[in-house]
Amino acid sequence: MTESSPHHDSSSDQAAWQKSIDLPSERGASRLIMEELLDRLGEHGWASADIFSIHLAAEEAIVNAIVHGNKLDTDKKVHVECFVSPAVARIEITDEGEGFKPNEVPDCTQDDRLEVPNGRGVMLIHNFMTRVEYNEKGNSVLLEKVRDT
Amino acid sequence: MAQYRRIGVTHNNDVAIVSFNDKKILDEASIQELGAELFGLVEQQKMGDILLNFTNVEFLSSAALGKLITLDRKVKASKGRMKMCNIRPEIFEVFQITKLNKVFDIRKDETEAMTAFG
Repeated sequence: MTESSPHHDSSSDQAAWQKSIDLPSERGASRLIMEELLDRLGEHGWASADIFSIHLAAEEAIVNAIVHGNKLDTDKKVHVECFVSPAVARIEITDEGEGFKPNEVPDCTQDDRLEVPNGRGVMLIHNFMTRVEYNEKGNSVLLEKVRDT
Repeated sequence: MAQYRRIGVTHNNDVAIVSFNDKKILDEASIQELGAELFGLVEQQKMGDILLNFTNVEFLSSAALGKLITLDRKVKASKGRMKMCNIRPEIFEVFQITKLNKVFDIRKDETEAMTAFG
């Protein structure tokens, strides 16, 4: 695992926190970044409801990258880049898988799918974040939350 | 008596009232264990009516939602009833976004849920 130290961006935003980390493709690996991310959000004055939203979106996206992207292949890593300031939180998650097409994920809120036990992660990510963007290949997702003013 | 690690179970009349031991339900292994314990209430303990009290729960992932959906189906298949209560607003929003508030019978607190069981 490689890990860079958090540093402060002195040019644009004194208070911003950034960190990049490579997670192993194993269940539960999100904990290697999540606790620190949540702590930093709190330190930057984010409300608990927003922290819940970002936590849920980041957790779902990292689990998807590990399980569906890298298919739990221990030779592959999930790269996570975090940026937190008082105004914006951004998490970019990239796996080494073949990618997927987010608009082909079936709508779990349709009546005939309401009781299917899986397939809700992507919908929750979109609802809880301000902006969600995938790269063309579909193996990298950018999650952004802008704080309400 | 069954032994549980993820849940606590008390009984009020014929209703099994379930509390959760974990504040955050997100770890895959814990969720598997949670699912097995919940399903055991229906499949081994033959409990008909189940009330899930979420007082202690601050966070849950979509994998945990999957277990709740499966439990609800098992309860309905065995002609039982399942209700939920004491869900904090952030988690209720998760149910609303996924429209699971239409699938689950969600009540304010234990008193209201017990009245609804009748």
